[in-house]
Amino acid sequence: MRGFGAIFLKELTHVRRERSTLLFAFLIPVLQLSIFGYAIDIKIEHISTVVLDLDGREQSRRLIEAFANTRTLRITQTAASDAEFDRAMSSGRAKVGVRIPPDYSERRLRGEQAHVQVLIDGSNSNVATVALSTANMVGMNQSLREIRQSEDRRSAPTARGDTGQSALPIEIRGRMLYNPDLLSARFFVPALVGIILQNVTIFLTSFSIVREREHGTLEQLFVTPVSRAGLMLGKLAPYTIMGFLETLIILLVMVFVFGVPIQGNLILLLGLSLLFLLAALGLGLLISTAAQTQLQAIQITFIILLPSILLSGFVFPRETIPPAIAWISYVIPVTYFLEILRGIILRGADVRDLLPHIVGLSACCVIILSLSILRFRKQLA
Amino acid sequence: MSEHPAGDAIVVDRLRRAFGKLLAVDDVSFRVPRAAIFGFLGPNGSGKSTVIRMLCGVLRPSGGSATVIGHDVARESEQIKEHIGYMSQRFSLYADLTVAENLDFYGRIYGLSRQRIAERKVELFRLTGLEDRANQISGTLSGGWKQRLALACAMIHEPDVLFLDEPTAGIDPVARRDLWDLLFVLSGRGVTLFVTTHYMDEAERCTQVGYIYLGRLIAEGHPDDLKQLPAVTPPGTVRYELECRGAAEVLQQLKTLDGVRDATLFGERIHLLATAELSSSAILAALPERREAEIRPMGPSLEDVFVTLSRAEAARRQA
Repeated sequence: MRGFGAIFLKELTHVRRERSTLLFAFLIPVLQLSIFGYAIDIKIEHISTVVLDLDGREQSRRLIEAFANTRTLRITQTAASDAEFDRAMSSGRAKVGVRIPPDYSERRLRGEQAHVQVLIDGSNSNVATVALSTANMVGMNQSLREIRQSEDRRSAPTARGDTGQSALPIEIRGRMLYNPDLLSARFFVPALVGIILQNVTIFLTSFSIVREREHGTLEQLFVTPVSRAGLMLGKLAPYTIMGFLETLIILLVMVFVFGVPIQGNLILLLGLSLLFLLAALGLGLLISTAAQTQLQAIQITFIILLPSILLSGFVFPRETIPPAIAWISYVIPVTYFLEILRGIILRGADVRDLLPHIVGLSACCVIILSLSILRFRKQLA
Repeated sequence: MSEHPAGDAIVVDRLRRAFGKLLAVDDVSFRVPRAAIFGFLGPNGSGKSTVIRMLCGVLRPSGGSATVIGHDVARESEQIKEHIGYMSQRFSLYADLTVAENLDFYGRIYGLSRQRIAERKVELFRLTGLEDRANQISGTLSGGWKQRLALACAMIHEPDVLFLDEPTAGIDPVARRDLWDLLFVLSGRGVTLFVTTHYMDEAERCTQVGYIYLGRLIAEGHPDDLKQLPAVTPPGTVRYELECRGAAEVLQQLKTLDGVRDATLFGERIHLLATAELSSSAILAALPERREAEIRPMGPSLEDVFVTLSRAEAARRQA
């Protein structure tokens, strides 16, 4: 531990002198959380839809109304001809096209099946999937309503509701737990806390060491009897403290700006945040043992950042990741931390609920720190 | 030097270091007595810094051995680090810290007490004249003052051996002279100095010099002894100094003259290495008419020594 105090004090002086570090560590994360917290919304609504009604009678108008009443689709254009309809789709102005044939009403009146064509722009598969299921739902609902009308006229309908009218044989009663309004912010803001913390801390440590390597001061330190542990922990400690302060600040922003309350135990949350900070700072240290210049440090950091956003469950559920790639998510500490953040903040989870993730995060932390201590040598080349 | 403990501060024995296929240091051996000023010379890329880094214990030798104040560089590098100071080629202190903060930092690194650091700062301020600049941010110091600060930081723990890698590169002549005066003070106190330099006048001031060329130590000893080496002025040759106006114009003419081995220009003077058969009057006669000139025999300069030895070594390797 020799030299720990010297390095620790020196790092604090650097931070005091270099105001941009404070800016980077405290202001930028708050800004990022504010901007991304509002911007990220994965609910798909108001998909622009073009309608070509070749029938134009009451039956078809009722169908168009049903489409318009879904919040998912929004009728932005009513085409007068096939050419106009096609143009709306190919120009991208409309993602969905509903084409009602001229014989729609007649077929229904004759008791025949009517066909409604729905064209969907499949470029964005998420949007397309939602549009398709919405269109199916509209067709299903309209069909059920007509079936119920004829059921009512029968003496023994398949099922009756409480008021004695005919009803659907089975009703599904769904209830949303933890995020009843299905707000995207509820899901994303706690996770953003983790992602932002990771980014800032990795950059802080890896840069503080690689900068010394570039400036030749690391070589100068190697020639002194400073111990490896003293050097590394002296570097880690100040940034752990800064990272922890930053955690408090962005949790405050989350609670008071985004109105996402912390359902679970705050102490548990802070304790596990500290564990995560150590793992993230350790990653920074590990990067600094591989990078010779600050540019290389940036490049390596980006290799880590992308999977930690795409594979950690931050945006896409980890269950949908193919197993061949899913293992990557297990070696990224932020994966476990996101589960912990969402668990404690949204569901009020306790230690027992989170045990697998706590074990995973601890293992990551130990492995990363051991690796970086092993790789870090007081030797040149 | 009876007041200093006897023995060698640095012993290097057949030291080697390879970087991949490149042999940066090849079979180098020398000894540096305590309180000596050892000047380590050689062209850029010849392996000077590599030797220093091995002696400081931050680069593992590929072969051979070396001890610094009795400790082996490969096995006991941490013990060595307690007793040495190192000043690298480029300014490698914390530019955003003040002069005093840099000294405090290194004092703490070496585990000095707060009181001891304060005492040492006073001593080092007096020695280097940095006192008035104690609270200046060190990145804003001029080159000479930066070097003094680097020296002060390297000396905060009173090391027995100081390694200085080109300490005077890029600083003005006055600062250079001051720094060397400082080195002599330290040497007088028993500190062993290991200095690399490109300046011949600095080499002349060393008690001992070593010349490394392409990884091999090709000359080592007191500057005066090196000038006596037979390889520098081979038997049957004489060195002359020729002083004449427009020396540059006659240089090419002299180089082609039969019996002239080498001719180098020094301002208005030309240093000549010629066979003994070529008399001084014959050289004067070869000059263009009505050219006023003076010629006298001379001993080799240290630069002559190194240039001659480098060429001989290069020729030997070609063969």
